[in-house]
Amino acid sequence: MTVMSYIQAITTALREEMIRDEKVFILGEDVGVKGGVFRATDGLYEEFGAERVLDTPLAESAIAGVGIGAAMYGMRPVAEMQFADFILPAVNQIISEAAKIRYRSNNDWNVPITIRAPYGGGVHGALYHSQSLESIFANQPGLKIVMPSTPYDAKGLLKAAIRDNDPVLFFEHKRAYRLLKADVPEEDYVLPIGKADIKREGTDITIITYGLCIHFALQAAEKLAEEGIDAHIVDLRTVYPLDKEAIIAAAKKTGKVLLITEDNKEGSIIGEVAAIIAENCLFDLDAPIMRLAGPDVPAMPYSPPMEKFFMVNPDKVEKAMRELAEF
Amino acid sequence: MAKEKITMPQLGESVTEGTISTWLVEVGDKVKKYDPIAEVLTDKVNAEVPSSFTGTIQQLVAAEGDTIAVGELMCYIETEDGTVADSPAITANNEKIEPVKETASVDQSMKKRYSPAVLRLAQENDLDLLTVTGTGKGGRITRKDIEKILNESSAETIPSQPVLEEPVKHELQTNTVAPDLHQGDIEIPVQGVRKVIAQNMVRSTQEIPHAWMTVEVDVTDLVTYRNKLKASFKQQEGFNLTFFAFFVKAVAQGLKEYPQLNSQWAGHKIIQKKDINLSIAVANNQELFVPVIKNADEKSIKGIAKDIYVLANKARTGTLKADDMKDGTFTVNNTGSFGSIHSMGVINYPQAAILQVESIVKRPVIIKDMFAARDMVNLSLSLDHRILDGLICGRFLARVKEILENMNEATTNIY
Repeated sequence: MTVMSYIQAITTALREEMIRDEKVFILGEDVGVKGGVFRATDGLYEEFGAERVLDTPLAESAIAGVGIGAAMYGMRPVAEMQFADFILPAVNQIISEAAKIRYRSNNDWNVPITIRAPYGGGVHGALYHSQSLESIFANQPGLKIVMPSTPYDAKGLLKAAIRDNDPVLFFEHKRAYRLLKADVPEEDYVLPIGKADIKREGTDITIITYGLCIHFALQAAEKLAEEGIDAHIVDLRTVYPLDKEAIIAAAKKTGKVLLITEDNKEGSIIGEVAAIIAENCLFDLDAPIMRLAGPDVPAMPYSPPMEKFFMVNPDKVEKAMRELAEF
Repeated sequence: MAKEKITMPQLGESVTEGTISTWLVEVGDKVKKYDPIAEVLTDKVNAEVPSSFTGTIQQLVAAEGDTIAVGELMCYIETEDGTVADSPAITANNEKIEPVKETASVDQSMKKRYSPAVLRLAQENDLDLLTVTGTGKGGRITRKDIEKILNESSAETIPSQPVLEEPVKHELQTNTVAPDLHQGDIEIPVQGVRKVIAQNMVRSTQEIPHAWMTVEVDVTDLVTYRNKLKASFKQQEGFNLTFFAFFVKAVAQGLKEYPQLNSQWAGHKIIQKKDINLSIAVANNQELFVPVIKNADEKSIKGIAKDIYVLANKARTGTLKADDMKDGTFTVNNTGSFGSIHSMGVINYPQAAILQVESIVKRPVIIKDMFAARDMVNLSLSLDHRILDGLICGRFLARVKEILENMNEATTNIY
């Protein structure tokens, strides 16, 4: 075990996969010589050379498109979008091509690409460096969307994403990069895509969330435990397709469910989670399903007080959890 | 000045309603906060309701004899919490804050809003939600409240459980559908302790397959011994050394050796209780109580006699507390005090058995082919045949008989 930051876990996973399988290569803006704007690919250019760590033009559609083409020819590209906010020009490639090729070709072709993208707010990144974009892709069968919350999950899931034979979007919370440090095994391991994980066992209320919000919920849960409120916290880890079994079990466990995302509330991942619970758990529910999310405002503001208003934080989570527990 | 409501307080965990037996105040009376304003008879005990405010009683909404649900209005009181010039500001503040808390704690606006989970659990387990006290917002019954009740009732079914009271209540009501009432007949409302007795007896006889068994015990030595001590004991201790204390002691010893009888039926399992807490039946004119001698096996005969004395006194004066009556594990009933020589007791639910100690009677008995005048007593045991069988009960009775027949000055110390 070594203590690693979230971003070190990402780099380690990339490096180990590149050593393990020479078909794995990286492409993206500034990923090579510079080692990435967040330094996720630090040292890889030196170790694996320019042919396996490609600096691309500033054209997300091309990054995705080149990656998809290479993947169809048997390579295992890991494409990096510098910020998830800039993935939008690549949406046509991802949704129309990557997600559909296996289906369209009647299983003759597949696209084993991983597209990494830092997302999320709370870093004074303002409009174009703070967004959560998972919900845009979360109704595209053929795609998988992984959003790990811890260094351990990040390493195990990124390896699983690279080895997956279909396209995986891999969103990393940029505030988590250097904020979170934890023990990560040095040896090779993969975690299953499509499986949620219980991050805390409890009996009073169930919190289902993903990404950085897991940590807000865990912090609030520790505080509330002193008041005798015992929270059950589930990390979705894969937000598409959702782990329905785990969601249903967690909701039934306490009958009081709080769903959290830092994305805008309407049409977010947690709306689908709420629908799954409503479809399956009516007679176990003891309270209305509660959602805590960003406001339905076009983007994260730059002004610190406004950013604070927009962002989910431990205080907001604690307040919502207490309200639900008392209901 | 403000008009405040005083509502029926929660006078015990499982208590849902209370009957006002006496108003201790009249309209116009000034009362201080915590002063008793009424005596209330609940399912279990008589209790005094304290005033939640300092002020003047304005209107008695409920009349004596009315049964009021917990949280419902009893009377109005006019408080003196206004900013009257001559009242010190601090007192005014204090009194202002308190009533707010009181009303908040009895907010029952959500009491009848049931979540799907609560409704399902109530239906699956035949639970009357009106008898459940909610801990959620606005008195809402939460899923956890129900789960707690279900856990408790499966672990240990105590008589005050609303879960099991319900079908019995129903039974009582159907029995009174067509009253045959003639002029001059007296109608006595069934409420309070009477109602509980009725419910418990119906439940016990309906649910428990009773079986009976009686043994005859020669207590001549015990009678001699006790009669010898009687006067000096009374002088020294100030209360009577009753025969009953010896019987309780012998039963406690017997239960220690045969713990199977010191158990409870709990649906899918039998719970053998560790403590030996003996319920004793004590009656006053209208009512029957079963206060408990706790850990009777650890007490001397004197200690038991003292407990009996204290509990009987409390029963007579109506001052028994709920605590005095809980956790009984086996009942000993002193039917002999009425001269009964044989009876078949109804088991004190959810216990496994009850022992009737009958009258001690001097009778001719044949010993070694000769008549002798001996003090004889019958011990009649009723047993829950789900838990117990004749064999073990026979052995238990034989053991109690053996202990009693060997109680004399040489073998038994009362201290």
